[in-house]
Amino acid sequence: MNAQQQETLQQLLQQYRDLPGGLLPLLHAVQDALGHIPADAIPAIARAMNQSQAEVHGVIGFYHDFRTSPPAAHSLRLCRAEACQSMGSEALAAQLRTQLGVEDHGHTADGQLELRPVYCLGACACAPALQLDGQLHARVTPEKLSALLAACGKEAKC
Amino acid sequence: MLTLYIPMDSVACAVGADAVAAAFAAEAARRKLDIDIVRTSSRGLFWLEPLVEVDTPQGRAAYREVSPDQVASLLDVDLAANGDHLLSVGLVEQLPYLKTQQRLLFARAGITSPLSLEHYLAHGGYQGLEHAARLSHDEIVAEVLESGLRGRGGAAFPAGIKWRTVRQAQAEQKYVVCNADEGDSGSFADRMLMEGDPFLLIEGMTIAGLAVGASRGYIYVRSEYAPAIAVLRQAIDIARAHGYLGADVAHGGHEFEIEVREGAGAYICGEETSLLESVEGRRGTVRAKPPLPALQGLFGQPTLVHNVLSLASVPLILSRGAAWYRNFGMGRSLGTMAFQLAGNVRRGGLVERAFGLTLRELVFDYGGGTASGKPVKAVQLGGPLGAWIPPSQFDTPLDYEALAAIGAMLGHGGAVLCDDSLHLGQMARFAMQFCAEESCGKCTPCRIGSTRGVEVIERLLAAPDSAERQRQRALLDDLCDTMQYGSLCALGGMTPFPVQSAMRHFPADFGLDTQEQAQ
Ligand SMILES: Cc1cc2nc3c(=O)[nH]c(=O)nc-3n(C[C@H](O)[C@H](O)[C@H](O)COP(=O)(O)O)c2cc1C
Ligand code: SF4
Ligand code: FES
Repeated sequence: MNAQQQETLQQLLQQYRDLPGGLLPLLHAVQDALGHIPADAIPAIARAMNQSQAEVHGVIGFYHDFRTSPPAAHSLRLCRAEACQSMGSEALAAQLRTQLGVEDHGHTADGQLELRPVYCLGACACAPALQLDGQLHARVTPEKLSALLAACGKEAKC
Repeated sequence: MLTLYIPMDSVACAVGADAVAAAFAAEAARRKLDIDIVRTSSRGLFWLEPLVEVDTPQGRAAYREVSPDQVASLLDVDLAANGDHLLSVGLVEQLPYLKTQQRLLFARAGITSPLSLEHYLAHGGYQGLEHAARLSHDEIVAEVLESGLRGRGGAAFPAGIKWRTVRQAQAEQKYVVCNADEGDSGSFADRMLMEGDPFLLIEGMTIAGLAVGASRGYIYVRSEYAPAIAVLRQAIDIARAHGYLGADVAHGGHEFEIEVREGAGAYICGEETSLLESVEGRRGTVRAKPPLPALQGLFGQPTLVHNVLSLASVPLILSRGAAWYRNFGMGRSLGTMAFQLAGNVRRGGLVERAFGLTLRELVFDYGGGTASGKPVKAVQLGGPLGAWIPPSQFDTPLDYEALAAIGAMLGHGGAVLCDDSLHLGQMARFAMQFCAEESCGKCTPCRIGSTRGVEVIERLLAAPDSAERQRQRALLDDLCDTMQYGSLCALGGMTPFPVQSAMRHFPADFGLDTQEQAQ
């Protein structure tokens, strides 16, 4: 972490250390501020929350949301749960594989876009759904997916 | 002045409601038209979204699936007089889909502005708390017990019994925890309620706190629901500013505070003990019961854990009375249920009805069959741990006991439709894979069994001959047995339901012919 990140972390530790059960809110806040939870932040987090480093690692590892490496510029979360599958989400996943060469949990060759599966976004009546950079989109068709990708600079390769 | 109502529900916005609202504002400004755009909750008629409603002398007239480029042509007709337009669906409350519903919980859906306390109060809000404040704690508990309300989170446990247990527990600090983890595919009623009518949930939790003697509440919302989290936090601030939360919520010196906690992407955290671990800041490992959360829950204290819709049912039970509430439903399934139609369905949306309508009515009368127009192949009811139900069983009434009798469950009320493009062998594999990914890891049948399950199903689907298929199928049956009876919670314990129901009703999707299936 650089000096500025250190300072951000210290502020967040102050803010959350006395909150009962505050580890998850703290981890969310750190990730919101820094994009990820840097490995060298963990000793300070553990000390502030009165837990062992192993416990903090255990919590970060348990939840799908937390990440210890910086995110790509764009994050695509494609819903793969049952309602979306019944409306063609697997075809959208295949489209991403062929057009962008990106696999689940992977990223494009240029590292600009990462793809993560998600299981239900609460948009099941307008399936299939996805989240692009935190924004929800529903009734996604292959054309709409291409347009969304184009809008964030990810033209199809083919 | 023309008043337009456009939902601010996140899914309505995901299909363009924000853009439509912006287009109306811009076009009206261009024409120097005086219009008022009220952002409301959604009616839950999602196949019509973005649905734009207009005040007319007869009631609200509605226009369906409006896109920004149709805004100009809409403003060309006399909307206030229910003007004719290609997109017109007439008076919204006359639509059979809505008219035949019994909207108790969702009485305000599509009508009020989510964050307007004024709207909430004008439409019956806080009458339940007002009534509760005049009762003793035990009388409130008795009312909930008498109503027959059962938990809407899936397990359908009688709410009143839980309230009584927490009420009678002796402790300095008790808690009310709202389970808003809504992880089931096909479910969105909790989301709609939190985004659309947050004060109802706050009122329900406040009454619960009053009844059981808890001064603190938590709402644990899954992180995928960022808009709901934002709305709830604002609503809590508004309620506090008006004295509905804080040091004295019911004119008797009773304190109640609510904090929203965000999940972090773990399906298992919908299980109540895992959820409590998570609120305490730990891995969401399931706790063995006993001790019951009602006696030793959050931070070891007596805790009332309820689903969003269970808590949101409470204000109405208090304001209208238990006897009135019992008029809805059948047998031991009383009140209304928020059914949710999802997946490959022509008219997807929220259907709030008393228990007891049949699955057929839900799927066809409301849902209109599949979106693709092909025959309905199956319905998965109750989320990823629910059984796949074939059309031959669609006459089953939707109540807890009748569904249990056919090996299915209502769960949180979500119904996912599919046509023959969905391969149920693959869905069985998916169920095991989902369990493997989301297992908390505490017990072996779930943690290891689910991974083995994926492998066995893959081998079954790829089996070259009948002998091999039979071998794999026997293995899978064994494994399902072990998971069902050897798991600590329903994730491991019920993953066999979608797997075995798919195999039983759709043997062809597993390469099994009917004869092999019968063996
Ligand atoms: C794997 C699993 C996931 C669950 N997910 C949820 C959920 O997302 N929302 C919910 O309210 N209950 C969920 N439950 C049920 C809860 O454990 C618990 O029964 C419920 O919160 C009690 O509230 P109720 O009595 O109001 O239903 C889940 C249970 C299991 C085993
Ligand atoms: S069944 Fe699975 S999720 Fe439930 S306690 Fe066991 S390992 Fe955890
Ligand atoms: S299953 Fe995809 S949004 Fe619910």
